Amino acid sequence: MKDVKCECGHVNPHGTVLCEACGKILDEQTNPAELLDMRYEGSARRSQTYNKTFIDKIWNFFSSVKVGVWLIIITLIASSLGTILPQEMYIDLPADVYYAQEYGWVGKLYYQLGFNNLYGSWWYLLLIAMIGISLVICSLDRVVPLYKALKAQRVTRHEGFLKRQRIFGVNESADENDFMAIKKQLKEKRYQVREENGDILAEKGRFSRWGPYVNHVGLIIFLFGGMLRFIPGMYVNEDLWVREGETAVVPETDGQFYIQNNKFILEHYDKNKDKTFEKAISMAGEVVKNYQSNVVLYKRVGENLPGEKPKLKKIEDYKVRVNLPLTYEGYSVFQASFRSELNKMSFALTNKQTKKSVGELRVDLRDPKTKYDLGNGYSVEILNYFPDFEFAENGEPTTKSRVPNNPAFVFRMVSPEKPKGETSFVAIKQTIEPFGDNQYKMAFKGIETKNISGFIVRKDSTLWAIILGGIIFMIGVIQGAYWNHRRIWIQNKNGQVWVAAHTNKNWYGLKKEIETVLKDTKLVMPDDQVQTEDTDKSKEKESV
Amino acid sequence: MKKRRLVIRTIILLLLAAAVAYTLYANFTKDNKQKVAVNSIAPDFALVDMQGKKHRLSDFRGQGVFLNFWGTWCPPCKKEMPYINNQYNQYKDNGVQVVSVDIQESELAVNQFAERLKLDFPIMIDKDKEVMNTYGIDLLPATFLIDKNGKVVKYYTGELTEERIREFMEKIKP
Repeated sequence: MKDVKCECGHVNPHGTVLCEACGKILDEQTNPAELLDMRYEGSARRSQTYNKTFIDKIWNFFSSVKVGVWLIIITLIASSLGTILPQEMYIDLPADVYYAQEYGWVGKLYYQLGFNNLYGSWWYLLLIAMIGISLVICSLDRVVPLYKALKAQRVTRHEGFLKRQRIFGVNESADENDFMAIKKQLKEKRYQVREENGDILAEKGRFSRWGPYVNHVGLIIFLFGGMLRFIPGMYVNEDLWVREGETAVVPETDGQFYIQNNKFILEHYDKNKDKTFEKAISMAGEVVKNYQSNVVLYKRVGENLPGEKPKLKKIEDYKVRVNLPLTYEGYSVFQASFRSELNKMSFALTNKQTKKSVGELRVDLRDPKTKYDLGNGYSVEILNYFPDFEFAENGEPTTKSRVPNNPAFVFRMVSPEKPKGETSFVAIKQTIEPFGDNQYKMAFKGIETKNISGFIVRKDSTLWAIILGGIIFMIGVIQGAYWNHRRIWIQNKNGQVWVAAHTNKNWYGLKKEIETVLKDTKLVMPDDQVQTEDTDKSKEKESV
Repeated sequence: MKKRRLVIRTIILLLLAAAVAYTLYANFTKDNKQKVAVNSIAPDFALVDMQGKKHRLSDFRGQGVFLNFWGTWCPPCKKEMPYINNQYNQYKDNGVQVVSVDIQESELAVNQFAERLKLDFPIMIDKDKEVMNTYGIDLLPATFLIDKNGKVVKYYTGELTEERIREFMEKIKP
């Protein structure tokens, strides 16, 4: 395909509508009676001119604004679908059960269509990615020709170009003084004034034309930031539960950091102390004032294998409270939750008849001993321990998990009277004596619980990209919204003086400015060739 | 000129495609917690068995290792244990070692379990779930087959039959 040489001598790329230099109409299909479509300066958008190879075809697909808008509409619809039923991460039951159970056939369909994890699905990500691609290609395909056209423009313009500007007027004569006055006024209005053969081009705010593209660059950086989250180590968001008194490795730190939880503290507002809140407290009942974990952060020294006890170096003590995380080397440990767990159970070996205790024992539910010697010939052995007791289908006692939610024991109680021991099965509120009537029993004395702090370990190394993208996005918006690209041509044609003007938005402002510029001269105010208000508005929407 | 345009377009499209492909790939693999892949070297660990003897996985180089993760509360674990024990006795003189790791339970529970089922192989407790996390295990029982060079040959979750256990041991026999 050939480049097009204009009669002014400028060589334009194929597909150019208006000569970049002088503005002559190069495209014969343009109706000579109409006003010019000044979008992208009539430059050749390459996507519309080359359609040769496979690569070009893909390029052209994404270069279409129409395609871009459809992608956005489809993504919007898809996003709203994901809000109809709760997403998988917010439900407690397995997804295959939950949706059918809660929402009937609708839920089942929802699950079968894969909407239960919509925002993480491949096709949703693909949609977002395609919007990103469309953004890049659309922008590149427009900003480059537009930049070139604006750069190549000359002061003297073709008659056809001037005539068919929206604002255009003809004056029979003007003298040197008028031109001087106009130039002075223009400069006062901060126009950049260029002169050639007595013709004038006054221009300002060209950089506002780059606003949309700067904005798109911001969006692309923003999307890139979102993509960074998928790179391992860039984004961490993990739960960590640590029992009081225990030390646990901080997840996703390669075993580098350990956290010891010394104490979990839960404080409530006190009606008597916090008088200000008295009313509120009596209305709401218990109101929590503080969730806090007193922790120690350690760093591992040297290497150790998993399972081996690491050598730890203390880094700092910290009180982790809600919104006051412990932060170190990019990692933040937030107070997120807590629960308590049964920790110890006490029993008294008791003579059933005399009801006299002959000794007490305290069983550590996470690490019970085999034998507890109570002295004087009394002792208790644990034959069997079920931390999370239930009866199995075959009727045997068994445990559901390793967590002591519902501890049960089979004890052998040895006493001077029964040196071989008596067997007793003891669960919460339940005692079974499998071999008949025992002389002794394990009387339940008490229970101790232990708090477990729930932390969220978070690290986000993508924030800078998100923030940078957001800032650039806003700069682009401001650049495009608060400045206008205005041009005024005052040129000698056929012994007359022609005045034409163009702006990418705010025609009213431009006209006001021309009025001031021409005020003290013989030149008359040019006409607005789009007279009515209505068309004015619709035109403005079109201009990019 | 035309050629340059094609090259530039191709490069830009390839860059974009690569970014999209990577994101999709990362998204698919992120839920897959399996950290130890077949054909990779099994991560070393050190645990103390119920007799107080320290075992390092790498000490078993030269032998096949049948690495089994389990819990006393898990019924399929309980079911496969006697089979593992039988096959252990068959293969221990042929260079196959059974390393049995209980996840975070009390010594009492593990000892009683081992006694009741008369287990002969070394049993160790992963008190802090460190080994479990290193191997990225989610469901129990989980079995790794490691050959004499320390390479993972196979990973299996779920209950094993005696037949299958023998098959597995045969696979890692040096």
